[in-house]
Amino acid sequence: MAIDDVTKITETIAWTDITEGCKIEAAGNSRLFNTGEWRVDTPVFIKEKCTHCLLCVPVCPDSAIPVNNYKRADFDYEHCKGCGICAKACPVGAIEMKEGGK
Amino acid sequence: MKDIVQIRWHGRGGQGAKTAALLLADVVFSTGKYVQGFPEYGPERMGAPITAYNRISDNRIRVHSNIYEPDYVVVVDETLFEAVDMTKGLSPEGAIIVNTARGKAEIEKELRGYQGLVYTIDARKISIEALGKYFPNSPMLAAVIKVSGVMSEETFLKEMQHSYEHKFASKPTVIEGNMKALRLALQEVK
Amino acid sequence: MSIRERLSGNEAVAIAIRQINPDVMPAFPITPSTEIAQMVATYIANGQVNTEFIPVESEHSAMSAAIGAEAAGARSLTATSSCGLALMWEVLYVAASSRLPIAMAVVNRALSSPININCDHSDSMGARDAGWIQIYSENNQEVYDNFVQAYRIAEHPSVRLPIMICQDGFYTSHAVENMELLEDREIKDFVGEYAPESYLLNSRQPLSVGAYGLPAYYMEAKRSQLEALKNAKQVTLEVAEEFARLSGRNYGLFEAYRLEDADYAMVIIGSTAGTAKDAVDKLRAEGKKAGLLKIRLFRPFPGEEIAHALKNAGFIACMDRTESFNGQCGPLGAEVKSALFNARLMPEVINYVYGIGGRDVAVENITSVFEDLIRIEQTKDAGDRYRYLSLRE
Repeated sequence: MAIDDVTKITETIAWTDITEGCKIEAAGNSRLFNTGEWRVDTPVFIKEKCTHCLLCVPVCPDSAIPVNNYKRADFDYEHCKGCGICAKACPVGAIEMKEGGK
Repeated sequence: MKDIVQIRWHGRGGQGAKTAALLLADVVFSTGKYVQGFPEYGPERMGAPITAYNRISDNRIRVHSNIYEPDYVVVVDETLFEAVDMTKGLSPEGAIIVNTARGKAEIEKELRGYQGLVYTIDARKISIEALGKYFPNSPMLAAVIKVSGVMSEETFLKEMQHSYEHKFASKPTVIEGNMKALRLALQEVK
Repeated sequence: MSIRERLSGNEAVAIAIRQINPDVMPAFPITPSTEIAQMVATYIANGQVNTEFIPVESEHSAMSAAIGAEAAGARSLTATSSCGLALMWEVLYVAASSRLPIAMAVVNRALSSPININCDHSDSMGARDAGWIQIYSENNQEVYDNFVQAYRIAEHPSVRLPIMICQDGFYTSHAVENMELLEDREIKDFVGEYAPESYLLNSRQPLSVGAYGLPAYYMEAKRSQLEALKNAKQVTLEVAEEFARLSGRNYGLFEAYRLEDADYAMVIIGSTAGTAKDAVDKLRAEGKKAGLLKIRLFRPFPGEEIAHALKNAGFIACMDRTESFNGQCGPLGAEVKSALFNARLMPEVINYVYGIGGRDVAVENITSVFEDLIRIEQTKDAGDRYRYLSLRE
């Protein structure tokens, strides 16, 4: 059967309701999973230091750094899991990691 | 004719014994009979002894195994006599057909007391004369047709002409050479 | 209208592929299946089909490319044998559990070592639990007919699973036999155009394939997949019925040959079934009630139907053309005994390993199996229930 709303695929559905081959007939549904809840350390964006080189963007495993018009914006904390890779990648110290998930 | 005619071919890899068995299946098929033509693969190497088989019948053929009691044995390469027991299982009512320049009496000595008929044909001589090269296939095929009588010589030549015209459409001179080899072989197998 | 032909088993598959004109064929050569890809490549070069041929660097890649193509929405296929099939092992499961109806021509050959190019069923039997539908063929006619029916079974909405059409290496793949072909038009109409409901290249309906399945989902996913495989049984029968109307040739889940009143039954797969029919006829002529059950559909295994067909036989020989290395039975022996047990039938079942690595099996060898069964009835001593046929002792 086809389920086009991924929220209907839950841990309570019966085997008769699971999709054929676990296919999901929708795109971009990973944004429904809030990996931000996993965060124990939090990156802080220091806007004044940022040169918008965008080196932090491709290394983010959760696509949690929004880019508009070739300029990065503040973190998408719904999905940032606080891994800190962006802070390592930043050549100008525009990202600082602070303890705690908030 | 028997309900089923079984033929075993002995040759060496690269000489075309397998192709000859498939050609025989092809040409006999054209008479409306049921046929099988298949090789037995050992080491896939040029020069290695190879065996190929044919079954011919008026009825559908179901069996899928090698042939242990053939009616006819065709020896494409006589140097195999030392290594292979050519007449093993061969029906005494059948025949063995050997590609050789030697006389029949000499070949009979190689046959470990086989009681059936022995035919010889010098496929090399025929092939060189007709084609200018050594391709034993066509002469041996003609010899089997003549000895086994699985189809008439006339139909055989007609079907082979048709088949060569298809196969060598771009090389008409090869067609005539092959047809000549077949006709010579039909005369010379003894 | 049928066309009288004489073809090898590999030619028969290649012609079926030409007539179906599938979209994508990734393939890697391996004896004895090489000719199939070679012939299809020739059809492509001649412009007879518009199939996209993908030369790949291994069979793992061949199956991976078929998976990608099929998920994208293309009717895909490949051909392989032996170690090639073994190298696909990992991705065979991906094809099945992603519910991609790929067709594969398997030309059965032994696995190494010792290295051997000849026929046995160890390759496809090793892959029997990968979730693919498996159909086996006795002769070139069946190879062709089964391949023509393959996509109709695999692509059926209640199934959507990949399918292997198996034939015996050399015994049929390289043997020229009489057979009948159907017209190109008839095949195209019968198989039809492929119109998947969802596929990756459909820009109007985005699709995710290959999601991660947590323990909370995995069992439900597998149970759902099993249901599709079970559905393949009924679909196989329906497709066979439609094919019979087209061709006049009848196929079922298996073929029962002189089995109805047989006291001694043989269950067998592949080309040796033809040889065994000759043996059965000989024994019948001597007044011995021998019969045969030839497996066509091995996955899913039609256990209930097979047990029912064997219910009158007191003595059964299960013939396995592979070694399972469990010390008590081969895969066919295990399935048949399990089916009989579920039906509460308790005949004497002797399981033979035969013909592995291309060991030839003649009518006399098969006759000796039936004679073993008759002797067991007379002496009431089964002896070893797991045996090798024609083994030098």
